[in-house]
This record gives sequence, C-alpha cells and structure tokens, in this order.
Amino acid sequence: MKVKVRYFALFREQTGVASELVDWPGGTAAELFQEMTGKHATLMPEAAALVAVNDEMAGWETSLAEGDEILFFPPVAGG
Amino acid sequence: MKFAVSDVSIDPVAARRSVADNSCGALVVFEGWIRNHNEGQAVERLEYEVYRPLAEKEGARIIDEASERFGISNAMCIHREGLLELSDIAVIVCVTSAHRSEAFAACRYIIDELKNRLPIWKKEHYVSGISEWVNCQHCAAAG
Repeated sequence: MKVKVRYFALFREQTGVASELVDWPGGTAAELFQEMTGKHATLMPEAAALVAVNDEMAGWETSLAEGDEILFFPPVAGG
Repeated sequence: MKFAVSDVSIDPVAARRSVADNSCGALVVFEGWIRNHNEGQAVERLEYEVYRPLAEKEGARIIDEASERFGISNAMCIHREGLLELSDIAVIVCVTSAHRSEAFAACRYIIDELKNRLPIWKKEHYVSGISEWVNCQHCAAAG
C-alpha cells in the first residue's frame, strides 16, 4: 500500500525530510509511525505527538488506506 | 474572520474593533507575548511553524465551540507564524459578550484549547546561541 508521509518541526529535523512516499503492508497510523522509526533511526516517538490523515486530525488507531496523506505532528506548542 | 494565522505584526486595536458590538457590556482580551526567558534560559527570539490548512480549520472549530458553550456574542483569534522578537504579540484572543463571566470563560477556553490542539510549533533561540523546540524532551539534540 502506498501512502504519503509528511513530517513537521522536530520530526522533520529528525528524519531530514519534509515528506516521503512509503510503500508498506498497511495498518494503523501508530504502526506506520513505528515503521518509520525503523527507517529513520533518529526519529523518536513522543507521548504527546499527534497525527492527521488527509488534513483531518485522527487517532493513532486509524486504519490507513491507499493514497492517504499522513501528517506526523510532534508535540504542539502554540500560544 | 474568526481565526487567522498571520505572518505580519498583530494590530491589537484592529483586533478589538473587530469584535465590537453595542449589545455587549464586556470585552476580554488575551495577548500572548514573547518573553525574554524560559526554563532558566535567556531567550533572544522565537520562531513559530504553523501547518496552516489544519490550524485554520481547527482554530475556527475552537471558536465555534466557545460560542456554543458559553453563549458569547463575538470571538476572534490571530496567531503569528515566522520569526518573532521579544515583546511581539504571538497570539491574541478577543471575546465580547453581554456580561463579563462568559467572556472570561470563553477567552480562557479558546487559548487553552488552541495551545493543546493546533498544529503550531515553537522554536526558541537563546542568547547562548542554542535553539530548541519547546515542550519536547529531544529538542536539545535537534539543535
């Protein structure tokens, strides 16, 4: 299954890329993040990280579909 | 305009004027400023990264929630992005209502939810030359 992954702020700095196309067996957003920590050794899980799918906030248990765009947000700090 | 992201200075007078309403007896304003210190470090400047498509959508949603929950008349919020200097306004929330209690409560709700939910990240640049992402254990390593 092919999906597009985008990284922001700290995650972008840790992976060294803003986005990438990923071909993987499929699963949840949490499983995809874990897969990406295997690909990028410097990508560190964060307890307060958030995920969005196709420009909508989503839960980590969300099942991903072919062509989805997954946004990995490190802990937010607005205000 | 209820919620906006801006890459230029926030005008607090214009912001207040945008929620003016003759039926309202209360205006509550929150301004978040860039301060010169954080957790023992002297801060020189600060940088906000915003993912606009979702921040704008979620920001408008938060203001709608506040309107429904507290019955206020008007609310607006502007959040900055880009590089900010000390004493710049990073965020402003303005709420008007018939009476003060609901305006205070709604203003508090909006700023608290915004901090927790909007895809906005803050990088502090310290006088020491180091910079790091705020609220993150691994920031120091990121440089």
